[in-house]
Amino acid sequence: MDSESLHYSLDLAAGNGLTLSSEQRAALQTSLVILKRNYKFSRVLFWGKIMGIKCDYFIAQGVEDDEMKNKKSLYSLNCMDWHLLPPATESMIADVALAAQGRFTGDPSHEYEHTETRIKGEGDDATEEEVTVKVNEASRLATAVSNIDKDASVVPRGAFTKSPSGKVQTNRSFGGLDPIEAAKLRNYLHFREPVNLKKKSILEMSHLNPAIDFLDPLSEDIPKVTISFLKEQWESPALTIKSCNETFALNRTPLLL
Amino acid sequence: MEITEEALNSERLQAAARFKAFMMKNSTKTNLNLYDHLVRLLTKVMDERPENAVDVIEDMSRELKGSILQEKQDTLRDSPSSSAALLLAEQQKALFTRAAGDEGDHEEDLVESPLPNVAELAFFFEQAGVGLGREEMHRVFLALKQLVDSQCLLRCRFWGKIFGTHSNYLVAEGEFREGEGEEEEGTEQTHEDEEREEEPEEDKDETELVEAADPPPKSTYKPPPPVPKEENHTGVNKYTYFVCQEPGMPWVRLPMVTPAQITVARQIRRFFTGRLDAPVVSYPPFPGNETNYLRAQIARISAGTHVSPLGFYQFGEDEGEDDGLRDSYEENPNFEGINVNEMAESLNLWVHHVQHILTQGRCVWVNVTKKSADDVDEDAEDEEREEESDEPEPEVGPPLLTPLSEDSKINDTLPWSTMISSNLIPQFSIAVLRSNLWPGAYAYASGRKFGNIYIGWGMKYIGEAYTPTILPPPQNEYPSGPEITEALDPSVEEEQALKAALEEQTAALEETEDLEEDEEEDD
Repeated sequence: MDSESLHYSLDLAAGNGLTLSSEQRAALQTSLVILKRNYKFSRVLFWGKIMGIKCDYFIAQGVEDDEMKNKKSLYSLNCMDWHLLPPATESMIADVALAAQGRFTGDPSHEYEHTETRIKGEGDDATEEEVTVKVNEASRLATAVSNIDKDASVVPRGAFTKSPSGKVQTNRSFGGLDPIEAAKLRNYLHFREPVNLKKKSILEMSHLNPAIDFLDPLSEDIPKVTISFLKEQWESPALTIKSCNETFALNRTPLLL
Repeated sequence: MEITEEALNSERLQAAARFKAFMMKNSTKTNLNLYDHLVRLLTKVMDERPENAVDVIEDMSRELKGSILQEKQDTLRDSPSSSAALLLAEQQKALFTRAAGDEGDHEEDLVESPLPNVAELAFFFEQAGVGLGREEMHRVFLALKQLVDSQCLLRCRFWGKIFGTHSNYLVAEGEFREGEGEEEEGTEQTHEDEEREEEPEEDKDETELVEAADPPPKSTYKPPPPVPKEENHTGVNKYTYFVCQEPGMPWVRLPMVTPAQITVARQIRRFFTGRLDAPVVSYPPFPGNETNYLRAQIARISAGTHVSPLGFYQFGEDEGEDDGLRDSYEENPNFEGINVNEMAESLNLWVHHVQHILTQGRCVWVNVTKKSADDVDEDAEDEEREEESDEPEPEVGPPLLTPLSEDSKINDTLPWSTMISSNLIPQFSIAVLRSNLWPGAYAYASGRKFGNIYIGWGMKYIGEAYTPTILPPPQNEYPSGPEITEALDPSVEEEQALKAALEEQTAALEETEDLEEDEEEDD
């Protein structure tokens, strides 16, 4: 959620049982503004909270001009001191998938280890090698954030536009989705590099608007995503979109409320 | 001179009048005239006094022209759309109205109401970072009041919220007074019996003839006797649970839970759908539908995660029997509260106040293989029989009020995480307990107050990816033995070799017989 609209958008997302205490909210409002100036972000967003056994991590993301490139993630244990997370590379994701099991411990310097004995060489020259993969908890955090973003980051259609130069920006004249349109799954798009878009035939792409429809819609997800209306007060409901392939973030309200 | 001035004035006036008339001529296209438009525009500028008026004047002019256009009114009026939001709002409106006849009962309500103070609970949990948002909690508060008014409960508590894929459940826990709250189960059972009686009568006529000739083998399988369920108001069924989907909707009472349901619920893993009559299709097959599965999970969560500070509850003085059979407790009036820092650090200061559910599915163990009273002949024979049969070992669970430090770990993860709600103001903060075994279960303690809540999906943490139970291999239809095992037919060479060997044998036999006959003849 945008740091500027944090205080009221948190209430809308509270239906899932986790809110922030008043102290944490106050601290966030202060520290996010300072963060925005220090890192020169154009928009700083509060991404959420990852719970560990001893402590919880609060994650924030900052974006510069282009919303999709160069997203930086930061974590904090007390909502005041923020530390930059390393960007999640393919090798890091592979290592984390191998080594890290179980819950987050809450200690950013904790190391996960995984030893494997691999047989190198062929035939009689085969030697056993012990390969140890060590992963930092900070890297595990970074991969978790990136995986969750890839799978569960959802925006309403029309909220972001892509300029002809390829820059993705917020659409200033987006006035929210119609209540009837808001119930359809194809009006929600994954906010990540599109995977299915290039495979579409020209016929399907004919009624898509290239400035708005440059992302994958949710209706093409496998397994199917269900939509459910929670908090149906006011004529603009807050939606919860549930996807069954995420164990942590099982809902995602749109980034723009 | 004056005349010329007057003449000039009048000329100017006439020119002005002509120009004004020109300006007031309606445009043929839009039926507006310039004069009125300029009047409106300048009035608007006077009222609003925009910055840099001269720069924005064109925009203002265009907006003004656009706003003048009047929509043609259709003869058809929009029918009032009943969106889902509207329907829900109407139902929730009932929450906010006082029922008639409540005017004079103020004093009684304040003293004896079983209604819990949900607002206080919501405040403390919000400090811990757990909750449903203030408005929803308040609506839950009002819905609980509705429940308490409609059912005579001794005590009531907001148990929590369970999420489902289509809609969620709000759960309230209630305790009835002694003797009340019995369900009408008799009618359900008689219906089932009647159906069963009708069916076999129809089938009998057709299959009687066939069966008399060649009766099919009867199955020798005897299913293990079902574990009897616990009585109302004891053990697992101590409290009654009510659920509703949204505050304002009517509360539905959940039935009692049977040990078979708990045993199967321990083996399956499912999301709730949000509809109480949804079937639960699983392996091992679950005896019941979503209502029963919900009740079983609620029972498991309550038994596993309802905790209180040490000393809040104590055993009554009348219970002097076995240590393991204590199943009731009472509030300790002398409890003074424990320091919050200590509570947040050690798990010894928290205890379970709900009985542990045994592997059998009940809180109090029952021996299902005990023979019924009809079979008893004499005491001596009974004792022999009991010694001979395989007596199952009685299951014992941890007794009531055991501290949390005795809970077992799962995969090296501690079963509970403790924290304090604020590091900056420790003197007024509260101790918060979070369960790692049932993600979503929280408890807080602050001075003399404590509370438990569950907000989650209703699934236990198993520590690894879930693999569903594999079906057992299909049973053998018949025992395999030498008569029916197939063997390869002997080939032609083997048959001929065998034949040759047999012929040799018979030839040898005949020779020996001939020799014997010769010998006999000789004699």
